[in-house]
Amino acid sequence: MSTVTGVPGAAQGGAPKYTKKDFESDQDVRWCPGCGDYAILSAMQKTMPDLGIPREDIVFISGIGCSSRFPYYMNTYGFHTIHGRAPAVATGLKLARPELKVFVVTGDGDGLSIGGNHLLHVLRRNVDVTVLLFNNRIYGLTKGQYSPTSELGKVTKSTPMGSADRPVSPCSFALGAGATFVARTVDRNIAHMEETLKRAAQHKGAAFVEILQNCNVYNDLAWNVLYDRESKVLHELKVQHGKPLVFGPVDDRRGLVLDGVKPKVVKVKDVPESALWVHDETDRATALVLAHLWAPDYPIPLGVLAANAGETTYEEILIQQEQKSISERGPGDIAKLLVSGETWKIG
Amino acid sequence: MSETAAPGGVVQKPRRTLTRAVIRFAGDSGDGMQVTGEQFTTEAAWAGNDISTLPNFPAEIRAPAGTLFGVSSFQLQFGSQRVHTPGDQLDALVAMNPAALKVHQSDLKPGGILIVNTAAFDQRNLDKAGYAKNPLEDPGLGEKYRLYQVDISGMTKKALEDLALNAKEKERCKNFFALGLVSWIYTRPLDPTLDAIKKRFAKNPLFVEANTRVLKAGHAFGETAEMFAEHYGVEAAEMPPGLYRSMTGNRALAWGLLAAAERTQIPIVFGAYPITPASSILEELAMHKRFRVRTFQAEDEIAAATSVIGAAFGGAIGITASSGPGIALKGEAIGLAVTAELPIVIFDIQRGGPSTGLPTKTEQADLMQALYGRNSESPVVVIAPCTPGDCFYIAYEAVRIAIKYMVPVMVLSDGYLANGSEPWLIPDVKTLPDIPVKFRTEPEGFFPYLRDPATLARPWVRPGTPGLEHRIGGIEKQDVTGNISYDPENHDHMVKTRAEKVRRVAQEIPPTSINGPATGDVLVVGWGGTYGAITAAVEEAQLEGKAVASVHLRHLNPLPPDLGQILRQYRRVLVPEINSGQLVRVLRAEYLVDAVGYNRVSGMPLASQDILEAINQLVEAKQ
Repeated sequence: MSTVTGVPGAAQGGAPKYTKKDFESDQDVRWCPGCGDYAILSAMQKTMPDLGIPREDIVFISGIGCSSRFPYYMNTYGFHTIHGRAPAVATGLKLARPELKVFVVTGDGDGLSIGGNHLLHVLRRNVDVTVLLFNNRIYGLTKGQYSPTSELGKVTKSTPMGSADRPVSPCSFALGAGATFVARTVDRNIAHMEETLKRAAQHKGAAFVEILQNCNVYNDLAWNVLYDRESKVLHELKVQHGKPLVFGPVDDRRGLVLDGVKPKVVKVKDVPESALWVHDETDRATALVLAHLWAPDYPIPLGVLAANAGETTYEEILIQQEQKSISERGPGDIAKLLVSGETWKIG
Repeated sequence: MSETAAPGGVVQKPRRTLTRAVIRFAGDSGDGMQVTGEQFTTEAAWAGNDISTLPNFPAEIRAPAGTLFGVSSFQLQFGSQRVHTPGDQLDALVAMNPAALKVHQSDLKPGGILIVNTAAFDQRNLDKAGYAKNPLEDPGLGEKYRLYQVDISGMTKKALEDLALNAKEKERCKNFFALGLVSWIYTRPLDPTLDAIKKRFAKNPLFVEANTRVLKAGHAFGETAEMFAEHYGVEAAEMPPGLYRSMTGNRALAWGLLAAAERTQIPIVFGAYPITPASSILEELAMHKRFRVRTFQAEDEIAAATSVIGAAFGGAIGITASSGPGIALKGEAIGLAVTAELPIVIFDIQRGGPSTGLPTKTEQADLMQALYGRNSESPVVVIAPCTPGDCFYIAYEAVRIAIKYMVPVMVLSDGYLANGSEPWLIPDVKTLPDIPVKFRTEPEGFFPYLRDPATLARPWVRPGTPGLEHRIGGIEKQDVTGNISYDPENHDHMVKTRAEKVRRVAQEIPPTSINGPATGDVLVVGWGGTYGAITAAVEEAQLEGKAVASVHLRHLNPLPPDLGQILRQYRRVLVPEINSGQLVRVLRAEYLVDAVGYNRVSGMPLASQDILEAINQLVEAKQ
């Protein structure tokens, strides 16, 4: 893997052979029965062996909330920190140890409300971390208040007459912040999750994955538009780089076309194939258009919306500066520094 | 020191020797008063004087010219004896405009030297300073002070007549005229300033020429103008022999960290958000990347603190710095470092508050915040430097304690120490105590909260170590295993353990040094940047024959083990602080001693005369 340099296992001739079990910790998992987090945990553990990274070089960092318990259940290094600050903790860790593979696990409240500032900055700096945002559109651990992704008018314990604030779109936010990798997946599609998580983990730079996740206690079926079989067929759009954006039932395929910068839904059979919008994940402008699409007027895109490979990371630049400084002026020498500049002798 | 030879025909003026002098340069924010003061400081240092400085400037970057709130000043005391403070009252004041005169005149001793730039005393500036009439026309001014009315701007312009500089560029050289003049009055050598001019304007020979000319013109003016009848010498001070440099507190903190990084051979991650008066630490460290310092200008104070916690988790030295408002924001993160038992260091460069308060002025009112300003039981080690140069040792010591005990260490500096400077005896870094760093690598028997029996420190493990994968976090954990635990007995045990760990840092504290008799009438107890003012006051009281001593605490949590015993050897205990009485409360609570405070919270250092008065009152209160 190109993202991780100086991995001991890799240096010693190839990746260690792991199975999913190697990434399961000995801790009892404490999420509610039926929580979507179980599926995400399982998909993550299953993906880990494919990354080919020694287990000891992997760190999961989280903030506060249901999602943030995640590190306790991964048999890697882990740090469950404070509310919203995981991206900043991860940034500091990467500055100290750029060679580690670092994941940040957060939720819609942790990542977009109390920690919105840090999420913005970890993405725009392009720190080499993989951010997994579990979006269940509700505050679970504090027992059911609305979140920054809850729909306008959401009735919750803290908004008995409906919420007055409009929701933020996590993928649009991430793109706006300058993330070099942005994807969306859903907890009830294990195969898609695994594929998406793997690609995100392999991306060099700040990777952002929104995982649509079910809170069966406080916000059950919030993503029913993608769970319900009939609705899913109508609305789920799996984007693939270089392929036309098509969705819908087999006998009535729909596609997206771009009319200038405006997306339009058409019947595939009504247009020539060349007219269809072909997904280009390296194009951030169209990725932003994609990120905005939502049912019922449009399909809901899943998969890698944007991926810009090969961008320099924040820590790479800093380490380069450090090395340049050392190679030009030699390593620091405190005794020399102390006598540099104006000095005078007494006695 | 060599006297500059007088130009032909000029009679050498008499020179009187002084033991010390207090000088203040004051002018507009844009008048270059800080540079002038710093340069004069260097000249005095070259002459072998002991020195203490007090830069004082407004929070506004370029306050409107001529206004009272736009006045910037630089004060220093230099002497042939030990100098503990920048001085209370001024022997000489340079006022570059009416506003500077108005703001600072009351600090000048009657009979003191007052140099004013007459060119700036025009109607506009007089109006802005709120003078109904020109104070220079008031004969009282010249009666009270030795008033020298000098057309500094005019003479600067004249000296530069033939140079291809515009009027503004010429005007900007005038501070060096004042510097040249004051350098003559106090016979400080111009050489270091001439060198500095060459270096500073290396890329612009015209500016070198201009500033050099103006500096010399100011000097020559003192020598030749009839108004100056005499000038003064201040002999070199008796200081411990060795190589010296001028040191400010913030630079010393930064360099102390570099020394610690070099000794430990692990990188520093320094995360900070710009804030006055702490920003210069970030700027200083950013220049020293080859020491493997990774500076991170974070998006906010919270990210600054949490990033260094991440760095410490990764096995680096994690340091953050701020001032009071930023420390408040970092509080929750510091609590995380307490419970995660990770070694981080937090510098708090205290300033006037509450809220934004007085960003550029000094204060000591964050002691309670350092000790108790977080949710729940969240003990950290708190130490404080007492002089600008001491900041070097305190930063090094903070890193050493943090690593040895796996605890957060807070360093309480302040605006006065941060920007103030003193001649600093350059240490031999080899003599600094060792900072052993031992990362655990042995998987056999490993638990994240195993404890060293002497320090109670838990093992420090670098991610990347095979077989030691573990999880930690902010939730209460079972001792030894580190597993999440809500067990009541365990929580009580962990609260006590975290406190005990900090308490054991007392093992590191050397016997308290007492300045004065071991028993007596009054013991003055101080901490932090008031060291100079307290020492000066106590030495004065001792000269007056009073049974007075002082101790200055570098360790505020835990307190020195011998302190309780010492406090009981004096009839009264006086605690001068630039707050409303914070250490005094701690001492009263900890030792049941009837200590009293001397408290003045003006944004300025305490005046030693005021402390002396407080001492005398306590002494006289005796039957």
